[in-house]
Amino acid sequence: MFESLSDKLDLVFKKLRGHGVMTEENIKDALREVRLALLEADVNFKVVKDFVERVREKAVGTQVLQSLSPGQQVVKIVHDELVSLMGGGEDNSLDLAAKPPVAIMMVGLQGAGKTTTCGKLARYLKAQRRKPLMVPADVYRPAAIEQLKTLGRQLSIEVYDSQADQKPLDICRNALKYAELSGFDTVIFDTAGRHQIDEYLMDELVHIRDAVDPREILFVADAMTGQEAVNVAAGFDERLGITGVVLTKLDGDAKGGAALSIKAVSGKPVKFVGLGEKLDALEVFHADRLVSRILGMGDVLTLIEKA
Amino acid sequence: SKTHESIVGRIDTLLLGKKQIDADTLEELEEILITADMGVKTTVELIRTLEQRLKRNELQDGEALKKALKDEITARLSQHTTALDVNAASPYVILVIGVNGVGKTTTIGKLAAKFRSEGKKVLLAAGDTFRAAAAEQLEVWGNRVGADVVRHKEGSDPSAVVFDACKAALARNSDILLIDTAGRLHTKVNLMEEMKKIRRVLEREIPGAPHETMLILDAATGQNAISQAKLFKEAAQVSGVVLTKLDGTAKGGIVVAVSHEFAIPVRYIGVGEGVDDLREFDPLQFVEAIF
Ligand SMILES: Nc1nc2c(ncn2[C@@H]2O[C@H](COP(=O)(O)OP(=O)(O)OP(=O)(O)O)[C@@H](O)[C@H]2O)c(=O)[nH]1
Ligand SMILES: Nc1nc2c(ncn2[C@@H]2O[C@H](COP(=O)(O)OP(=O)(O)OP(=O)(O)O)[C@@H](O)[C@H]2O)c(=O)[nH]1
Ligand SMILES: [Mg+2]
Ligand SMILES: [Mg+2]
Repeated sequence: MFESLSDKLDLVFKKLRGHGVMTEENIKDALREVRLALLEADVNFKVVKDFVERVREKAVGTQVLQSLSPGQQVVKIVHDELVSLMGGGEDNSLDLAAKPPVAIMMVGLQGAGKTTTCGKLARYLKAQRRKPLMVPADVYRPAAIEQLKTLGRQLSIEVYDSQADQKPLDICRNALKYAELSGFDTVIFDTAGRHQIDEYLMDELVHIRDAVDPREILFVADAMTGQEAVNVAAGFDERLGITGVVLTKLDGDAKGGAALSIKAVSGKPVKFVGLGEKLDALEVFHADRLVSRILGMGDVLTLIEKA
Repeated sequence: SKTHESIVGRIDTLLLGKKQIDADTLEELEEILITADMGVKTTVELIRTLEQRLKRNELQDGEALKKALKDEITARLSQHTTALDVNAASPYVILVIGVNGVGKTTTIGKLAAKFRSEGKKVLLAAGDTFRAAAAEQLEVWGNRVGADVVRHKEGSDPSAVVFDACKAALARNSDILLIDTAGRLHTKVNLMEEMKKIRRVLEREIPGAPHETMLILDAATGQNAISQAKLFKEAAQVSGVVLTKLDGTAKGGIVVAVSHEFAIPVRYIGVGEGVDDLREFDPLQFVEAIF
């Protein structure tokens, strides 16, 4: 259904194949296509603007190779720049290097996938022979506690016994103490969804953070998010200092360009992606895969790697 | 900070003192529309329309340009505005669908509260038998608003729940039957088939049902909403849209394209997590809020 960026660029460059260099003039249309492709993938327009500028600087003056069409060559530059922007090659592993019990906090907008990701992470950690405790600290959404308890039952992983009439801060404090006494080495805190502009609820997160001193504060973001992703992520990061991102619902056809925006504004690495509703549908993040997805490339990549 | 600046602020800055409208102005307007998630295609169309009107000398200054833009967007949203008439049938059956986490269950709770306050007898069907504690969530809403809930065990067949709910709605003389369904990504063929089966059960058990098939969209969603609307419409004849989470900072501009391209009216907007946080959709107000 989607025409890939590289196809579009080949049309733009019909005449340039195999001779000459790229100039301001002859890459103008190509850069327009790059811009549109990124905007259509939900990358924030400011991020796109800066990015296209960088690609222009890289591309102008470049010799057109015999082995690649000019379109493919621009795609290669775009691809490499995007991978580097996305933190390709950087360490994006979960940081648990602290005195146990190590706390992990899940935060984000309503419905992003926090509770489900708690379950997925707990399962992932259990497989690595850790002993996780899950803590339901969402007392607002109807049956949110029961949701996490159900996941715990499915996974045979303990869920702290909190009640909807307790205060989230008290729940978290007591749960951490309980984990310490009961020999859990990792504690995953599920928090309620909230908007970054909700002062009261953002304060609540700050208090929880100060009480449990989390090693990781993971911002859970829906891969379908549009242009607002930057403001949301920046809002959470400014108040809390997030340490990483989990990109959920990537099993659909969303391009997931919001992840680029989030990385660009927060500088924080995407650590995991969610690829389904089931609890085993969690994968470690690979920058190059997301970039290929955004650019709509399959076979082009192999071609480029050979060049 | 700069990113939080309102769009009207930005347009005003942009047009301040610019009696003459040049290409740069249009280009910046284009960016402003894109920031509201209006989408590249709709944005380009809107700008093209403005350009034509400029050429015909219809727009003399910034004010006129801004007004023209608002009018163009409002017109696209107002093309399809049939209101929901729940008195048209009894029970009036509303099937609520959408991707994961957009606010289906919450919207059902709010709708149920609204219909209850109008003196209607409301029945809820827990058609999400997959997600952990989905039925419990709906039951909390049912208790809150005074509506019965038909549910089965987790993991059971959703069409069996819907079948029972139809029987119950008829037996209890319910005025309204609201059907919750599991979140599903529109690209998952088996889950879309499951939804079609739910529809078939409804059609068979209650003549004319579902009277409304409501697609829930999250205001924070970007371009993917187009694909959601397209595939859900193909599979389930979507007849209305609800745009949730407009109480955040996202503008929800993608409904302009969704409503226009697929000829689906936007029925309501969600403006919070509480029982009263549902509003009738008003195109004019919506457009004003974008600018
Ligand atoms: N397809 C898919 N669905 C997902 C994924 N992650 C979560 N979900 C679904 O998204 C919906 C919302 O997930 P939750 O875990 O309840 O989200 P949340 O952030 O805890 O929501 P609130 O607590 O209400 O703010 C559920 O239907 C999940 O099954 C994913 O990676 N892929
Ligand atoms: N701020 C705000 N939150 C909302 C709104 N509508 C729903 N929510 C929240 O969004 C989250 C997801 O809502 P649900 O009603 O569970 O969504 P759903 O579509 O039923 O989710 P699944 O069944 O898991 O696919 C919950 O935390 C709701 O409280 C709204 O209009 N504004
Ligand atoms: Mg949750
Ligand atoms: Mg639901």
